[in-house]
Amino acid sequence: MNVLKIATAGSVDDGKSTLIGRLLYDTKSLTDDKLAAIEEKSKQRGFDYLDFSLATDGLVAEREQGITIDVAHIYFSTRKKSFIIADTPGHIEYTRNMVTGASTAQASIVLIDARNGVVEQTYRHFFINNLLRIKEVVIAINKMDLVDFSEEKYNSIKGEIEYLASKSEYKNQQLTFIPMSALQGDNVVQKSNKMDWYGGETLLQHLEKLDAEDIHEFSQVRFPVQTVIRPKTKEYHDFRGYAGKIYGGDFAIGDKIVVLPSQTKSVIKSIHFFNEAFARAKNGSSVTITLEDNVNVSRGDMLVKINEEPTITKQLDATICWMDKEPLKALQKYYIKHGVNDAQAKITQVSSILKTDFSGKIENPSELALNQIGDVQLMLSKPLLIDGYHQNKSNGAFILINPKTNNTVGVGFIR
Amino acid sequence: MNQKTIQVEALESEAIYIFREVVAQFEKPVLLFSGGKDSITLVRLAQKAFFPAKIPFPLLHIDTGHNFPETIEFRDRLVKELGVDLIVRDVQDNINSGRVKEETGRYASRNMLQTETLLDAIEEFSFDACVGGARRDEEKARAKERIFSVRDDFGQWDEKNQRPEVFDMLNGRIDLGQNVRVFPISNWTELDVWSYIKKEDIEIPSIYFAHKRKTFLRDGFIWSADDAIVYRDKEEAVLERMVRFRTVGDMSCTAAVLSNAVDIAKVVEEIRDSSISERGARIDDKRSEAAMEKRKQQGYF
Repeated sequence: MNVLKIATAGSVDDGKSTLIGRLLYDTKSLTDDKLAAIEEKSKQRGFDYLDFSLATDGLVAEREQGITIDVAHIYFSTRKKSFIIADTPGHIEYTRNMVTGASTAQASIVLIDARNGVVEQTYRHFFINNLLRIKEVVIAINKMDLVDFSEEKYNSIKGEIEYLASKSEYKNQQLTFIPMSALQGDNVVQKSNKMDWYGGETLLQHLEKLDAEDIHEFSQVRFPVQTVIRPKTKEYHDFRGYAGKIYGGDFAIGDKIVVLPSQTKSVIKSIHFFNEAFARAKNGSSVTITLEDNVNVSRGDMLVKINEEPTITKQLDATICWMDKEPLKALQKYYIKHGVNDAQAKITQVSSILKTDFSGKIENPSELALNQIGDVQLMLSKPLLIDGYHQNKSNGAFILINPKTNNTVGVGFIR
Repeated sequence: MNQKTIQVEALESEAIYIFREVVAQFEKPVLLFSGGKDSITLVRLAQKAFFPAKIPFPLLHIDTGHNFPETIEFRDRLVKELGVDLIVRDVQDNINSGRVKEETGRYASRNMLQTETLLDAIEEFSFDACVGGARRDEEKARAKERIFSVRDDFGQWDEKNQRPEVFDMLNGRIDLGQNVRVFPISNWTELDVWSYIKKEDIEIPSIYFAHKRKTFLRDGFIWSADDAIVYRDKEEAVLERMVRFRTVGDMSCTAAVLSNAVDIAKVVEEIRDSSISERGARIDDKRSEAAMEKRKQQGYF
């Protein structure tokens, strides 16, 4: 089954968890026992409404503080579609978790509290959605019940966001504005009868229409080899298969390919999935491929079609979202993981910090601190096979790992 | 000439990708096998990831001694067919040696005791990656779990400080003594698992299908009454009912549901219409709202 992955974003108390709870409740995805638990806890806390955030805030600390700290993945389906929602934290110190949740999303919902309008976090989340090039973005103008369902209020927020969007360099983004009250259920699943001025769809109607296939943006085909399969059994004595996932397009028997970085040319001999052989494998498939020639291929190598080679380089220009308390500075060394390939990286220059309100850059900063986004140059210990992030998302992104702590400390988007 | 095209579905493709990353990034991986449907699904996915080679790691079963006999019989047959190594470590050994204390009373269960045996086994074999069948839709603390989840020497989960997992890049770098719990079917739902078992025609233990069983009722749950493992008051009357199990845990903490679903097609139908969540029949989760999170911090699966 194909699923639509959605990320949510919004400032603290904009009601993300409530919105997700409402979606689950109105689509009858909350089972009786979970609903009973929410009813009981809501009563215990003296609420006169059902606190749907209790359905998603899974950690003790989250329920204590009434906030979302880490990404929760929530699953529900309607008759038309299956969904995975990444419920991401609104607090500024958890921006890295928002990037985590949004990196695999095909669509994003940015919540705005109608009373407060566009706030600092809105800029940031909108900016990250642009950086990640998420194609479908829903601007959910929430808590309309607290502004008397005012069309004027809705229009002014819409105008502000549209102005922001005009400054973004990613132009393929589809923006959809929906006024709602997650608490009362207006325009989430049920059409509101309090906002006749809004002629658009409810959130669920809109989400059901989005096509999950859309986001597999097609590009040149990339096949990074994860591992080499050599059974060495009697039956498969000479079998030498390259296991990996196909990104960006299809591969077929007879395709002329180049193995990188060795630049060896060969032809696809067979494509296997479990105990069957196929003539063609489509985008996104984890398969095993054999080649006509006995060439040397190992983990981290890449099979691509002839004349569709990526850039092979030991220098990177990238936009980095920094995720660690210890700031990123010039001359520091990290491990870099690019797809399934590993190398070491030295920061040669921190060129600028990008202002997430789209107001420009701070040039030549001394460092990139936690949750900051900036342009950085890196030197690599070995050549990597790269595309720009705008050309191929999976081959245009990388992570940085601190060699002392082994933690993932930054995510990079190759320019 | 073969003209067939393959499009591997997203969830299956993701799981296979994760298995291959495990083998490429770790020295001594192991698959935690309970004999339940999720771990059986994992075994099929592992087969697919490495075919025509054999599954390149052993299976580890932490045996509470309270398993349904059908599960154990099934496990041994499967392992033989696959030709993989099976390691079994018994909770009973730790009880005998006094390292852990058996719970007593009405709700006594060995479920919690598994953790200690698991951590011992990880140390004994120096496993650096333990692949498990947990899914994010099961329980809300699990909804927060990463695909590669790092544990320290004590098996602890530091839930407030998890590594960001972006795109499909999995960071398996760890220090000596640490290990990673890996969850290839994180993004599957219960219905996805059942649909897959049906599509792939995977054999599963018979207790997943409706059968007649001697049972008794307590707190609105249906308990198996056919042996000495589950505590029962004299007043709790035994009655034969048509039931099946939705999860196959320790007998002492897994309740049955009334069901007429005697085959896989009917089970899938039943799950689709179900209004009680899967772990709703797991008594170990009912102990408190944070029951799962606490167990995970201590090193539970």
